[in-house]
Amino acid sequence: MDSFIHPLTLVTFLPLAGVVVILFLKNEQKNAARYTALATSLITFGVSMAVLAQFQRVDPNLQMVIDLPWIRVGSWVIAYHLGVDGLSILLLLLTTFLTPISILSTWTAVEERVKDFMIFFLLLEMGMVGVFLAQDLFLFYVFWEFTLVPMYFLIGIWGGPQRIYAAIKFFLYTMAGSILMLLAILWLGIQGGTFSTPDLIANNHIPANIQFWLFLAFAAAFAIKVPMWPLHSWLPDAHVEAPTAGSIILAGVLLKMGTYGFLRFNIPLFPQAAWQLAPWIAGLAVIGILYGAAVSFAQKDVKKLVAYSSVSHLGFVMLGLFALNPQGIQGGILQMVNHGLSTGALFLIVGMIYERRHTRDMDAFGGLWKVMPVYGALTLIVALSSMGLPGLNGFVGEFTILLGAWDAGQAGHVLGSYWFAGLSALGVILAAVYILFMFQKLFLGPIDKEENRNLKDLNWREIITLAPIIILIFWIGLYPKPFFSLMAPSVDQLMVVLHGAALALH
Amino acid sequence: MNFSDLLAILPLVILVGWAIILILVDLLIPSHRKGMIAPFAVIGIIIALGVAISQFGEQSTAFGGMVAVDGFSVFLQVLFLISGLFGIALAYDYLKRQGIEHSEYYILLLFSLSGMMLMAMAADLIMVFLALELLSIPLYVLAGFASPRLDSEEAALKYFLLGAFAGGFVVYGIALVFGATQTTALQGIIAATKDGSANVVLLVIGAALILIGLGFKVAVVPFHMWTPDVYQGAPSSVTAFMAVGAKAAGFAGLLRVFMSAFNILAVDLIPILWTLSVITMLLGNIVAIAQSNIKRLLAYSSIAHAGYILMGMVTLGQGEIEGAAIAAALFYLVAYVITSFGAWAVVIALEHGEGKGLALDDYAGLGGKHPALAAAMTVFMLSFTGVPPTLGFMGKFFLFSAVLDGGYVGLAVIGVLTSLVSAYYYLRVVVVMYMQEGEPRVRRDIWLNTTTAITAIATVAISVFSTPLFNWAVRGVMVFFK
Repeated sequence: MDSFIHPLTLVTFLPLAGVVVILFLKNEQKNAARYTALATSLITFGVSMAVLAQFQRVDPNLQMVIDLPWIRVGSWVIAYHLGVDGLSILLLLLTTFLTPISILSTWTAVEERVKDFMIFFLLLEMGMVGVFLAQDLFLFYVFWEFTLVPMYFLIGIWGGPQRIYAAIKFFLYTMAGSILMLLAILWLGIQGGTFSTPDLIANNHIPANIQFWLFLAFAAAFAIKVPMWPLHSWLPDAHVEAPTAGSIILAGVLLKMGTYGFLRFNIPLFPQAAWQLAPWIAGLAVIGILYGAAVSFAQKDVKKLVAYSSVSHLGFVMLGLFALNPQGIQGGILQMVNHGLSTGALFLIVGMIYERRHTRDMDAFGGLWKVMPVYGALTLIVALSSMGLPGLNGFVGEFTILLGAWDAGQAGHVLGSYWFAGLSALGVILAAVYILFMFQKLFLGPIDKEENRNLKDLNWREIITLAPIIILIFWIGLYPKPFFSLMAPSVDQLMVVLHGAALALH
Repeated sequence: MNFSDLLAILPLVILVGWAIILILVDLLIPSHRKGMIAPFAVIGIIIALGVAISQFGEQSTAFGGMVAVDGFSVFLQVLFLISGLFGIALAYDYLKRQGIEHSEYYILLLFSLSGMMLMAMAADLIMVFLALELLSIPLYVLAGFASPRLDSEEAALKYFLLGAFAGGFVVYGIALVFGATQTTALQGIIAATKDGSANVVLLVIGAALILIGLGFKVAVVPFHMWTPDVYQGAPSSVTAFMAVGAKAAGFAGLLRVFMSAFNILAVDLIPILWTLSVITMLLGNIVAIAQSNIKRLLAYSSIAHAGYILMGMVTLGQGEIEGAAIAAALFYLVAYVITSFGAWAVVIALEHGEGKGLALDDYAGLGGKHPALAAAMTVFMLSFTGVPPTLGFMGKFFLFSAVLDGGYVGLAVIGVLTSLVSAYYYLRVVVVMYMQEGEPRVRRDIWLNTTTAITAIATVAISVFSTPLFNWAVRGVMVFFK
């Protein structure tokens, strides 16, 4: 029985309990479905806070580990192996934090097949939490692939006009990458006799040339998910067509599964390959930063603008991770959280205006500040956070990443050139351009469209939905220390693995 | 022949005897209530199933080494008998609706089933041929069961002609093997190859011909041409039974013969098996994309799955690894059987009139109107694709890991890439069900619903708790590798 009351098991499978309850509701009981889903996700968030309370900040290792044999075949054992450490605790919290917010955002936006929507949403939460907690490669893959299914339905049923195309594209792109990872996982399992990530990292004797290929196979799955330039083309489609709640989760959490994958698997499992390939990945990241920013600037559709800005922001995360030094990696992890908060909030904001006007074309707006001052003020905070204004969360993350990238740019260090940091700093400026441009188009100037004159400002539900995110934006921006201290010991431990590999290389 | 021989083939004896008794019982049943024979047939199958399960762990040969009772045969016999149960569950209401409710249906099904049972036990090439014919001939008749509907008759004739043709290949192959080794017993062939008395060239040609003949039965490219037409033309309940049972039986024969008698020919056979597997996966999955009729789509899907199962045989001659691969193939076969029956149950629930309700478009709106049915179909499609947590995923997982272990990285890569292709057309079914509006006509029948529910739950549940099933498959196979 111990395994069922284990906190990590609980936080993973609690959403499933909500699903079971909702299954027994009638299609007409829309509010009951909404409240059940919200309550379930809030309880899940509560459990994740309990996990945080038990979490030992100074311990770099996996904590609250549960490791039970699941599938025993021949000589190897596939385990039900969950655990949390500094690399994943923040992402776990981000997931459980954003899910109730997303559910709140659907309150009036989703009116059709509410029951199905909530079922898929909770299933998605289960999959995402599982991805961040699984320490067995097989189990990880199961959760990883599983998240595709509910997201596919969320886009395909409740999405916009091109939803079917977007849903299939999303599914096929992601699956294309992940099946290559599956082969690499199988290879590791066969060679190592175990699928347990900590064991595989501890007994790592994979020759450098094979590491190279395995790294690429894992990277295929994760790079598509992130998405890294040039594998990003599914993202704008998926985002634009997805319902608001889907976009929040997609940007807020699902993309992080990609960056987290690099951090959790690629770097420690194949450290030598990571060392060798870091300049290439960082290069793609820098291209992504600049490309995403440039394309964002060209968009007329606000949602598309936010979608492309994700390509740019996730580029920063990747650059930080592959600076392969403590600042870079810590900044990368924090920036994952930041991006989840600010982009999640931006999608919320876009969804709020879309619900009122049923358009997202920037030209259809203007002067909204006068009609909707609360909305305008909250949007301004989120927009400034997204472009990295000092005092808000985005700055802390991007600045730390740039420090890391600069440090790694010294001669003889992993990136070996200051260009990486220099060019990506340019991305910060570009972000300011397209974000402020968007803000100006929407909120400033005269109200020149008749339809905009009578828009209602945010109601209490909408403010409550945004408020927790705004609080965190300030908190991380002003006092990030507790967040860094959560991850620092685990990152340092990762550095030990990396240094070992660097020594072996030279 | 003595009593212990009969005891060894007791499940088979029960089935055949029961079928003969049912022919007599049939005379007493009034012509408008011929469906009554179905529960009788079920009783026979359940008794046979009980006896088959009681043979678990047994290891013996009978009839002078012509048949073998071992883990392998018991595993497959249980699978076949369960297929028989599903086959009857799918047919019961369907035959009534189609106006072709004749008791011969169930009797022929029992005979075909006994052929499959024999195939699982066949330890002599003559027995393989006998089993092949015993399972095929009733199926030829069943394919034409909707006569005088033209497409059904066409299906029967096509299946018969190509089946006979394939039978010819098998017989000729057996003749050559006999010429090479002076025996048709699998153990004898092994002995002959070991002491060097066998003519290897003849033996390879014979093995290849047997591969071709059974390849027709399991619908491996390029011997698959009959599949789409026959699957489409035959009554759907027959198609379901044929697609699952006949394919599984064909593989039962292939796996046993190749992993015992022809293991020694690995060097010559592996390139052939590799190529067949690859072109089958490629062609099956790619052509399936173009299908708009669900029966044809499932036909090409079944071709593709034959390619995956064939993958396991590429590890021929690698001892333990081959054992794991064959066990994985057996597991995959179970996954295929359960998933297919579920999918066909949904197809039959939607079919109405003469061949109506079979277009993909007829599935539009199913997700909204019949959520449980659509959810089950989604599970089956995901299982066919190989997305966790489903049986299809576990099957591919075990199979690909065995193939990788055997050193065939390229084959595994092709396997996963074709799975990706297959995701496209399986997802299309899901798209139509959930994302397009429509008014699907659904037949509600308790046996169809039961089959759908059981298979859907099994598809997920067995995948989560797959250890016992896989280990059972491993134990069934390992007798050949000691």
